[in-house]
Amino acid sequence: MGIEDIRLSRRSAIGGAGALVIGLALPAAGRAQGAAKAARPIDPNAYVRIGSDDVVTVFVKHIEFGQGPYTGLATLVAEELDADWARVRAEAAGSNPAIYGNVSLGGIQGTGGSTAIASSYELMRRAGATARAMLVQAAAAEWNVPPAQISVEKGVIRHKASGRSGRFGEFAAAAAKLPAPQDVKLKDPKDFQLIGKTGVRKVDSADKTNGKAKFALDIQTPGMLTVVVARPPRFGAKIGSFDAADALKVRGVKAVKALPSGVAVYATGMWPALKGRSALKIQWDENGAEARGSEEMIAQFRAMAQKPGAVAAKTGDVDAALAAGGELVEAEYVFPFLAHAPMEPLDGYIEWDGKSALARFGSQIQTLDHAALAKALGVPMPQVKIETMLAGGSFGRRATAVAHFATELAEAAKAIGPGTPVKLVWTREDDIHGGYYRPLFVHRMRGAVKDGQVAAWANDIVGQSFAKGTPFEAMMVKDGVDFGMIEGAHQIPYDIPAFRCTVQDDPTPVTTLWWRSVGHTHTGYAVECFVDQLLEKAGKDPVAGRLAMMAKAPRAAGVLRAVAELARWNGPTAANGRARGVAVVESFNSYVAQIAEVSLDENGEPKVHKIWCAVDCGVAVNPDVVRAQAEGGIGYGLGHALYAEVPLVKGAAAVSNFNDYRSLRIMEMPEIEVVIVPSAEPPTGIGEPGVPPVAPAVANALARLGRQRPARLPMVRPA
Amino acid sequence: MTLIAPSIKCASVWGAQPGYSQMAYNITVNGTARAVDVDEDTPLLWVIRDELGLTGTKFGCGAAMCGACTVHMDGQPLRSCSLPISAVSGEITTIEAVDGPEAKAVQQAWVARDVPQCGYCQSGQVMSAVALLREIPKPTDKDIDLAMNGNICRCATYVRIRAAIHDAAKLLEA
Repeated sequence: MGIEDIRLSRRSAIGGAGALVIGLALPAAGRAQGAAKAARPIDPNAYVRIGSDDVVTVFVKHIEFGQGPYTGLATLVAEELDADWARVRAEAAGSNPAIYGNVSLGGIQGTGGSTAIASSYELMRRAGATARAMLVQAAAAEWNVPPAQISVEKGVIRHKASGRSGRFGEFAAAAAKLPAPQDVKLKDPKDFQLIGKTGVRKVDSADKTNGKAKFALDIQTPGMLTVVVARPPRFGAKIGSFDAADALKVRGVKAVKALPSGVAVYATGMWPALKGRSALKIQWDENGAEARGSEEMIAQFRAMAQKPGAVAAKTGDVDAALAAGGELVEAEYVFPFLAHAPMEPLDGYIEWDGKSALARFGSQIQTLDHAALAKALGVPMPQVKIETMLAGGSFGRRATAVAHFATELAEAAKAIGPGTPVKLVWTREDDIHGGYYRPLFVHRMRGAVKDGQVAAWANDIVGQSFAKGTPFEAMMVKDGVDFGMIEGAHQIPYDIPAFRCTVQDDPTPVTTLWWRSVGHTHTGYAVECFVDQLLEKAGKDPVAGRLAMMAKAPRAAGVLRAVAELARWNGPTAANGRARGVAVVESFNSYVAQIAEVSLDENGEPKVHKIWCAVDCGVAVNPDVVRAQAEGGIGYGLGHALYAEVPLVKGAAAVSNFNDYRSLRIMEMPEIEVVIVPSAEPPTGIGEPGVPPVAPAVANALARLGRQRPARLPMVRPA
Repeated sequence: MTLIAPSIKCASVWGAQPGYSQMAYNITVNGTARAVDVDEDTPLLWVIRDELGLTGTKFGCGAAMCGACTVHMDGQPLRSCSLPISAVSGEITTIEAVDGPEAKAVQQAWVARDVPQCGYCQSGQVMSAVALLREIPKPTDKDIDLAMNGNICRCATYVRIRAAIHDAAKLLEA
């Protein structure tokens, strides 16, 4: 079973012999990357297929877990194709970096950094334009008219002079026999029918409302066994020994095997697998396990932050400026470990016949998962096929540099042996206990206000690098500074004459990972709280004071002005015991500003009534998806800032499920109003940028309600 | 070295003694009588999914805290992950078969507003929303928040859920 077979079966299943299938080469950067890797045979894979039934199917190289690439990438193709949106579908592309590599991620196929639209804007439009040109050419030949006289609208090809017309499907077979044109002209944006337009509905809403959408958890095949794995509670521990006798007595349990990651129970269904796992007796080898808890790590990080670390950015002489008089302002912010907790915990399905494998799961970085599966199974990559499933959220969790889930999936298949399909499922407890957390961070801030101006800014960051020692090190770490730890803190939108940002990292066995908006999850809070505190000290309005320092950040200033206008900002005081706070953060080349209106409830907990949000993400390919991502990003950012922490005690997570790892619920969801700032700039991301501003906006409102800006997150902590 | 069992709170709710008593249970799901031969402590969720192959109902927490597994028993919403098969006392309806004016209105409103993001929790959201509208045809925001608070959406589609329930109420009125 190789990559070639995938396409054959896919074509025959849907398109049949009469399908037009378009494949394009990667843009130059990606091609260079692909060429450097060489060896792999060129696979003429496809971006779009048009069937004789007029259905346009777009193959989407990015995983769909709610952020909208199925709709977004299909829109790009349909726009240039002049397709009938009602006949456009999307499905997951195969795993093949030579064709589907992400130029924003160094050429590997994967989804992250809010790059799906940015990396596809030209590529997918070219795919659509190429298909259109071939359909027009086929129609011109059939009607014996010049192609230039042919027009296309909503899936109908027309020759006005002769009155002839036909649908895409009628010409798909003939077009498929034509050579693909090398140069196609893309539309002038003023002619867009779909891009940037409201009312282009998502392609996947119906199936996600009636239970038909299929996730990895939903895969069931004859003879399949469900697998759950008992993993060590403490980070860095391993299996010592185990006794499976009681587990094997559970009806439905078929086998118990040791995997590198833990003890696997194989059963006929999820319930017997869970009962079997409960019945295991395991002695863990805790030599090398983490012994500290969060409190010890925080104390250590705070001590480390008393001294500057590696300099990430520097302007002027901060030490001199801090010592030069004026008012000194200090703050410290502590950020906890956070689990991503996507609604669908990690899960996946694999068939292994001893020579080749089919893995079906929510693969977020297909190329790394593909390599990990092949490595664990001891076969070349072409012997492994990945089918990327819809995934029930991710927020970064399904993308790990070490591909631990793909590896565990392969190990589970290998341990039971060829011929038995397995479905590996993590429970919620596995997910919350399972690491790959947003790392714990401490930010120490010092600043000076002199003559009513912010004169100095020092930010010393201590945390854990998750990029070092992984394939992402080359991309993220320069001169010992991990960009993922400092992004958003080392370049701030404000002109401050003396500025310094430093960073130190402290490796631990606790596995950590990017988490929706990566470094901005903590730098956005530290920077936007601290600038607000400095402006308060300087007696300036939070909006006007920021704008006065933003001469070199016109787009960030643009969204700040837009959100102030949207919320009719008139200072931080609001009526009815409420106050307002503001924050503006650039992340992933997009700009988002938010204003939060907050009060304190009867328990003294923050109640967030409304968030106003202004977004500049360049061309908004689908404005409603952009709004949805802003809404969801606000909810995700707010829920964690208010309630979420994975505290470690003696190297193990001390929370387990949504009872103690508290999630935002509908009662806590504020009203949200979003404005998209019109822009002709190329599109940038929106999956993550809605997250960072909300927590500091809420904190800055709390500061006007007589509270301190919370120095430690989450804001609402168990007594 | 310490001897500890892995922490699996969801499983411990019903105990995990090997050799649990087993028998065939007769239940009615989506209007069809089904006999399933499972242990008495098997949660309805895993009967629906693993035994009956109805996968629209999702697993999110296993402890009745997220609502992804919401089904109806005699029209009332319940968390199927926490109801053992031996305690099933009424007719079960899942997302695959939920029907009637409220269900049609909810699903129509959900699609018109493009409520779902990842979509994984939405079967449960729809089942809870349908039950709400059967109880309160014209709910206020507060009614909605109370009825839907047990359904977590990690994508935080909550503003659209609220709006779509109001839309559905209007559709029912028309």
